[in-house]
Amino acid sequence: MNFHHFKESARNGLWRQNPGLAQILGLCPILAISTNMVNAVSLGLATILAMAISNLTVAALRRLIAYEIRIPVFILIIAALVTVLDLAFNAFFHSLYLVLGIFIPLITTNCIVLARVEAYAAKNGVVESTLDGILMGAGLLWVLALLGGMRELIGVGTLFGGIEMIVPGWSGLQVFGDDYPGFMLAILPPGAFFTLGCLIAAFNAINARRNARAVVTAPPPPAAATAPLPPGAA
Amino acid sequence: MKRSLLSRLPPAWHSALTSAFGLVAFTLVFTSLMAFVHDITREDIRAAVEAQQMRLIDEVLPREHYDTALLQEEINAAAPAPFIGRIWRARRADQPVALVFETFADDGYGGRIKLIVALKADNTLGGVRVVSHHETPGLGDYIDPAKDRNKTTPWIAQFVGLDAGLPGERWAIHKDGGEITFHTGATISARAVTHGVGRAVAWVSARRDELFNAPANAPTSAQGQKE
Repeated sequence: MNFHHFKESARNGLWRQNPGLAQILGLCPILAISTNMVNAVSLGLATILAMAISNLTVAALRRLIAYEIRIPVFILIIAALVTVLDLAFNAFFHSLYLVLGIFIPLITTNCIVLARVEAYAAKNGVVESTLDGILMGAGLLWVLALLGGMRELIGVGTLFGGIEMIVPGWSGLQVFGDDYPGFMLAILPPGAFFTLGCLIAAFNAINARRNARAVVTAPPPPAAATAPLPPGAA
Repeated sequence: MKRSLLSRLPPAWHSALTSAFGLVAFTLVFTSLMAFVHDITREDIRAAVEAQQMRLIDEVLPREHYDTALLQEEINAAAPAPFIGRIWRARRADQPVALVFETFADDGYGGRIKLIVALKADNTLGGVRVVSHHETPGLGDYIDPAKDRNKTTPWIAQFVGLDAGLPGERWAIHKDGGEITFHTGATISARAVTHGVGRAVAWVSARRDELFNAPANAPTSAQGQKE
């Protein structure tokens, strides 16, 4: 584990292989829970936790898991850990548990958790895997926060509405004033698809511009590199 | 011994058995983990659920109105109704103060709306709260005061002080000739809550004496019902 490694994991999780925008995994909870920012961020944090402990456990046990049965064992581990998380939320963060409801147990079925366990934790050390889980989860978190924030702002004109359920005494922001008529479409399920579509489009546009600039500014590659075919292959 | 037996088996059997043992071992370990956590969190979960219930009950019946442990006094009606959930009794100095009960309105726009209602001993409503609902966010969810834009007099506050003896047809929204206002464009949610409350209040009000005098359940059986 070194700094370069960390940077690579962070770049993958937060941007390049972002679970929400690039891998587009785990859409069900993303679309369903992102009606407002507080719910979205709460689920994002719960997912980070689930991914971190799943990756940690699988990485620690990876040498004990026979290759042929790895998928059922991974699912067993993820389901057990998410159940533990669900019970712990119910016991110690009850108001958060009420907000997230069925979406905590549903983290089990979020493909991104299994994907990272299979693609990363099964082959890497405990520290790297835990970090990968956290960073991939963080990538999902910021997308969820942005999605939830946009839908809430456009839909009902507030931000952080419902935070008093989680932090008593705090209150949400009325951004657009009391007479904002609201735009229901953003809150309803189609709004989730439209908003996520816009985010993915923006993500792709940024990447495309970046790539174009990289091509323009990069020095012309040396001739040897552009001729990958071995001599005589033609 | 076991190993030598295993190694004498055909390779396919060998790998199948190894996999099976592996799966069993992992299942045992992780099931034990879940059972263990379930066990150590049980008491905290029960306390959290109770605290959450009391938060809602406090809104329909302030705690200073009674001096009993409300959740410990759960009552079973002699002939239960399908739309009535649990019923609790509040007393002060052994005098009946109110009945707090759960009721369900199944005709919400998004299905079942679960409500909690307090009926005071003088046969007026202490208040109504929505426990859970699936009404459209921003449209029908004003039935929950947390989502109601009108924070000073939320929609649901209209039920406070209503007389339980009101004739059945008055438990309706204005549009249907009743007592309760509604928000244009979201009549179904308001109608479901109003009808649900009216139906439940009529049922409980008619059995007031029976319920106030019924023996309370032992807390153990009340807990069994919760799970």
